[in-house]
Amino acid sequence: MRDAKLDLLQGTLDLMVLQTLAAMGEMHGYGLARRIEQVSGDEVLLNQGTIYAALVRLQQQGWIEAEWGASENNRRAKFYSITKRGRKQLAEDTAYWRRLAGVMGRVLAMGEEGAEP
Amino acid sequence: MKNERRRSLLDSLRRALARTAAFFRKDPMDRELEEEIESHITMATEENIRNGMTPEEARRKAMVKFGGVEQAKEKQRESRGLPWLDTVLQDLRFTMRSLWRDRGFAAISILILALGIGANVVVFSVVNTLLLRPLPFYQPDRLVWIAPPDAKGLSDATYSVDAYEDLRSMNRSYADVTGYFAFSTPDNEKLMGRGLPQPVTNMMVAGNFFHVLGVDAAMGRLFTEDESRKGGPAAVLLSHPFWEKQFGGDPSIVGKAINLSNKPVTVVGVLSESFDFGAAFSPGSKVDIFTPVMMDDIRYSGNTLTFIGRLKHGVTVPQARAEAKTLFPQFYWGKRYPDSKGSYKDRAYPVLLKEYISGKLRRSLIVLWCAVGLILLIVCVNLSNLLLARAAARSKEFAVRSALGAGKGRLIRQLMTESMVLAGAGAVLGVGIAYALLMYLAHQGSIALPLLSSVRLDWMTLVWTLAITVSTAVLFGLLPGIRASRANVQEALKDGGHGSTEGRKHETMRTALVISEVALACVLLIGAGLLLRSFLKVLDVDLGFQPATSAAVKLDYDEDMKIEKRNAVFADLSRRVGALPGVEAVGLSDNLPLERNRGWGGPRVKGRNYKPGEVPGAFVYIVAPGYFKAMGMRLRGRDFAWSDDDKSEGVVVLNETAARGLWPGEDAVGKMAVIGKKDVRVIGVIADVHSTGVEDQPGWQMYLPMMNSEWGPDGAYLVVKTRLPPAELATSVMRTLREVNPNQPSAEFRPLQRIVDHATSPRQFFVLLVGTFAGLGLLLASLGIYGVISYSVTRRTQEIGIRMALGASPEQVQWSVIKNTLRMASVGMAAGAVLSVGVAQLIASLLFGTTPTDPPTYTAMLLLLVGVALLAGYLPARRASRINPMVALRNE
Repeated sequence: MRDAKLDLLQGTLDLMVLQTLAAMGEMHGYGLARRIEQVSGDEVLLNQGTIYAALVRLQQQGWIEAEWGASENNRRAKFYSITKRGRKQLAEDTAYWRRLAGVMGRVLAMGEEGAEP
Repeated sequence: MKNERRRSLLDSLRRALARTAAFFRKDPMDRELEEEIESHITMATEENIRNGMTPEEARRKAMVKFGGVEQAKEKQRESRGLPWLDTVLQDLRFTMRSLWRDRGFAAISILILALGIGANVVVFSVVNTLLLRPLPFYQPDRLVWIAPPDAKGLSDATYSVDAYEDLRSMNRSYADVTGYFAFSTPDNEKLMGRGLPQPVTNMMVAGNFFHVLGVDAAMGRLFTEDESRKGGPAAVLLSHPFWEKQFGGDPSIVGKAINLSNKPVTVVGVLSESFDFGAAFSPGSKVDIFTPVMMDDIRYSGNTLTFIGRLKHGVTVPQARAEAKTLFPQFYWGKRYPDSKGSYKDRAYPVLLKEYISGKLRRSLIVLWCAVGLILLIVCVNLSNLLLARAAARSKEFAVRSALGAGKGRLIRQLMTESMVLAGAGAVLGVGIAYALLMYLAHQGSIALPLLSSVRLDWMTLVWTLAITVSTAVLFGLLPGIRASRANVQEALKDGGHGSTEGRKHETMRTALVISEVALACVLLIGAGLLLRSFLKVLDVDLGFQPATSAAVKLDYDEDMKIEKRNAVFADLSRRVGALPGVEAVGLSDNLPLERNRGWGGPRVKGRNYKPGEVPGAFVYIVAPGYFKAMGMRLRGRDFAWSDDDKSEGVVVLNETAARGLWPGEDAVGKMAVIGKKDVRVIGVIADVHSTGVEDQPGWQMYLPMMNSEWGPDGAYLVVKTRLPPAELATSVMRTLREVNPNQPSAEFRPLQRIVDHATSPRQFFVLLVGTFAGLGLLLASLGIYGVISYSVTRRTQEIGIRMALGASPEQVQWSVIKNTLRMASVGMAAGAVLSVGVAQLIASLLFGTTPTDPPTYTAMLLLLVGVALLAGYLPARRASRINPMVALRNE
């Protein structure tokens, strides 16, 4: 593994956000960003600010919804939660992603035995 | 992972809606985002502080983690709204600001574009109405006009009733065949019982006429079969405009009887508003009412019916032609004469009705279309030129913007936005101009062009306008745009452009543009010049009569009068009118030149045998004594006398062409001829008269006395020769006519010149339009020349100053500038003249008495161009010669 962090593939951030919201329930933007960083083990190159573009996109698609509320420290914050359609989308995307990952894994494993380390 | 293909259409739609909504809720959404980011950073800072950082360090770290706040905002805006629209709006705002700063330039550009686009919209509307739009009938592409292939006038294009009935019963191609009586004259009926008798124009049509065309009644109904039969109930249909004008749009008139020429006739209906008989079949004239033609009344009146067929579904025009070839030879002129079978061999060639109505105009219209396209091209070149000049002045601005990071694409887009805004404003103004012009044209009832009254701005025209506007903008904006974006940033920043290579390159390109502009204008001018010369030649045609000093009025008389009585009435009338002050001569004729068309079997030499078809048909005028003099015609031999009646020898006056045809090389006066079965003596030979058209060659013509019962007149016009303006005579003539016949309707006293003008109006219309375009082209070209020369003088102020300081006289300076102008203009003119020779060949068929290489036209137009170029060059030249060397050298 090299030192450089992973660049996010187009669209992967959306899927991460959906999955995080599905797993953790209602969250605000900062919480989401922190959570994704933690789960990825700081391997992902994420400008926390970019998450807001993903959030507005998902919101417009009707996969998540937002509401203003108070944070644990009584700060005003916007809380996001996944919708029913969002869960459906997440299931579809997850299946697709797994299939793709499987195929990519098999393709990249070709001839690995003989390869130099 | 997002997969575009799996996302349903509904989702994209939802997204598009949300984006549009977000576009309009920019401010609240921005505020919300701001607040959200603020809370994000506060939370991150607090967490960092909890982890033991100092407040400053905590906030700095939080900001680093967040990334650029502005970038994050921008990214969010991009993904939620309509970023392209934002850019467009930004460009638009900028364009408005920069055009407002340069108001003079903007106003001139928009005006030029408006003229170019407006001219195109007008011509497109006319072309659309006359050529492209379907006729206002039901399924007009199934309607055919049946006439001989070489028919010159309506008289050649008509058939007998027996042929009509045979065609209807024997054909397999047509769902039905109809027609109208081709020889109805204007004001042929009187509407009585409502004050003074009103002259009205009645068109007699076959009973099924409106059914076959697919024209509906707006009120009431169409004719029934019973009404089209002799002895059936008398019925009349009103045209919509006549119903509105005469009956004030009163719906209760339907079903009531009106008095037409002393006969009660029931109004069965009012035709739909969209139907205009004159517009389609007889341009420039109006028809007020329609009655069913009684076939039995005109069965032996000769060829009087036009044929219009509606093809059955699946039958093509060539199939109908093939059928006509075998069918028409079986028809009779009249079944009473068995040997008249075969009269119509090769005399029928169906063409689409649309083709008949506007086919003749196609070439003229296409020429018009091309001319106006040339105008648009010149407008583009001119605008390109103006923009290049502007770009030169703005090169520093562009250099700065480009140095600040504006991409090439963004700069071009900015310039294209400017072009689009200019073109768009020009289009709006142009459509306004076009609308006014079209309204004017549609109400020019006197122009004898078919369908012109229905010309209007429709959606097709607007689509066309949009298309030409966008392509114009691209055409004139692209070149300056690309040039501006390629400019060398460092060079431009260092130096104002004066004297630099960039400046000189600019000028070369602008010179090239002006040269092409001059060439295009030259083509337009020469084309217009040739058409104008043709028009003048047409006006110069010897018509065989003098329209300027004569006027005519439709005469009413009792058609049931005995011939002796009628002769006495007419003689009395002629004497009374002739005695009025100002009247130089009076005559009667049942036909006026350039109006109706009527052909009879021509005269033959007595005692000679002819093969069928050997003698051409002759155009007939049935006249009374004095007619020739009243028309200002040149007669050899004697005029008719009131005594040329049934009791004396039959007489005829022939025109030169007929006389030459019958007795080549001899004097026809005094010879005996046969007309029909009657012997007649030729008492005079008269100059050829242009009977069917100013531009047609006159054929055989004969004049017969209306005093002879063999040839009773079919209606009558009183023709008066006078030096007074006809309007001044009208009252006294009308009073005299009423004294003789109290039923005389208040008919119009028409100068014959108006009939001639009507006949030449289509050509006048085209000349006027093409001439206007040529003038516009000339103006634009001169503007172009002025712009380039003036700019080069400004750029060379210093150089000129030095030359003057070294002793060059103001005249030398002036001459050098003018020489420059002339060089530019002459290159353009040479190219234009060569192009013109080619273009002139294409319009050769539209010319009259003018060759496509007519030297006077070329010379005159080239001189005009040189003159205008000189003027355009003189103004900057004068400015150059007044440059003060001291000031010029001190400058900079």
